[in-house]
Amino acid sequence: MNRYDRQIQLDEVGPMGQDKLRNAKVLIVGVGGLGCPAALYLVGAGVGKIGLMDHDKVDLTNLHRQVLFQESDVGKPKARAAKEHLSARNSNVVFEVIKEALTVSNALSIFKNYDIILDGTDNFETKYLINDACVLSNKPWIYASIYKNEGQLSVFNYKNGPSYRCLFPKTTRQNISCEATGVLGVLPGILGTLQAAEALKLILERGEVLSGTLKLFNIMLGTEQTINIKKRPEEIEAIQQNGILPIKIECALKNEQQWYLDVREIFEQPKPKGNNVIHIPLGDILSRYREIPEDIEVLVFCQSGKRSKNAVDLLKREFGFNNLKNVEGGIESIIEVEK
Amino acid sequence: MKVTIKYFGLVAEAAGKNEEVFNFEGTLTSGELKNKCLDQLSILDRDSVQVAVNQNLDDTIEIKEGDEVALLPPFAGG
Repeated sequence: MNRYDRQIQLDEVGPMGQDKLRNAKVLIVGVGGLGCPAALYLVGAGVGKIGLMDHDKVDLTNLHRQVLFQESDVGKPKARAAKEHLSARNSNVVFEVIKEALTVSNALSIFKNYDIILDGTDNFETKYLINDACVLSNKPWIYASIYKNEGQLSVFNYKNGPSYRCLFPKTTRQNISCEATGVLGVLPGILGTLQAAEALKLILERGEVLSGTLKLFNIMLGTEQTINIKKRPEEIEAIQQNGILPIKIECALKNEQQWYLDVREIFEQPKPKGNNVIHIPLGDILSRYREIPEDIEVLVFCQSGKRSKNAVDLLKREFGFNNLKNVEGGIESIIEVEK
Repeated sequence: MKVTIKYFGLVAEAAGKNEEVFNFEGTLTSGELKNKCLDQLSILDRDSVQVAVNQNLDDTIEIKEGDEVALLPPFAGG
């Protein structure tokens, strides 16, 4: 019995479609809440080659939504742990494990080896980077993003269709991660699964691809909305003429004389410039407290003011720091607004 | 003129609701209506928020009675 029998029975697949799947190469950038479910279904369907790209390690707080990982994976590189579980699911699939972050310098050489890019990333810089590299290498990419109970889904750069810059020509400094806002595991589960469905449609060349269409989901309200995206040719031409246009989400802090302690994760944006900012993620604060000055006032901040309050309380209780002050309004309240 | 405004992401959070009926006098383009709404919600980061009228992205179209306007901020969680 053919292991793919139950999908080959469909008119949309058939033996020809199964061959297309076997010859397809999909790169998953970010093996997290979105990438895990997408990978599970693409591997199950018999996609020939899957790239698993992630520079991060599995954390205990990932497990509620990153369904590939188990308790014993905590501390392991995500790309490698994912490959172990996925090869056990389907030994016919060829995997490439890439334990690097996507950068301006490696994007094109990695994308070259794949047909489709599936976006499982959690920040604007990488989404714009995927977009530009896909425009330059003429490949479609499957986009999803989540914020609390809402999700967005679309396919960009498919057969001359709109790109991400056609939807959002201007970015925002407000990059808010699941770590900072919270998310139910099912939301990226749903979006990642829908991304896998789009990938299968692209490979099989069947159905209506979500190109030029943004789908918006709200799982708490149970609503779904569709928005039509127009192509902005000037956005695409700018990439074709200038290459990748890196988005640097940097900001200046209002007071250059003041010491600051940033307790957010390293990927959170905007990133403050200057030598007056010490950066220690909240999870590392107990092991790295010696890096914090004790004799001068230090303002402690995060995205919203919640984690930084915990940091101030913790440092006072454990080590007696009395010179730390929480920034209640979060980073947006201490940024110099650009003219 | 009465229109329905749908809020998403951070804009919905600032508004404390996902949808409301908005009343205004005179004529406004979709971009002007967007700025009016974002001003009321004290959202400074206007440029990244996109506006759709009757499911089509467009910030220059003149708003008509009964239009459905959506305010879409970008977000990047994953």
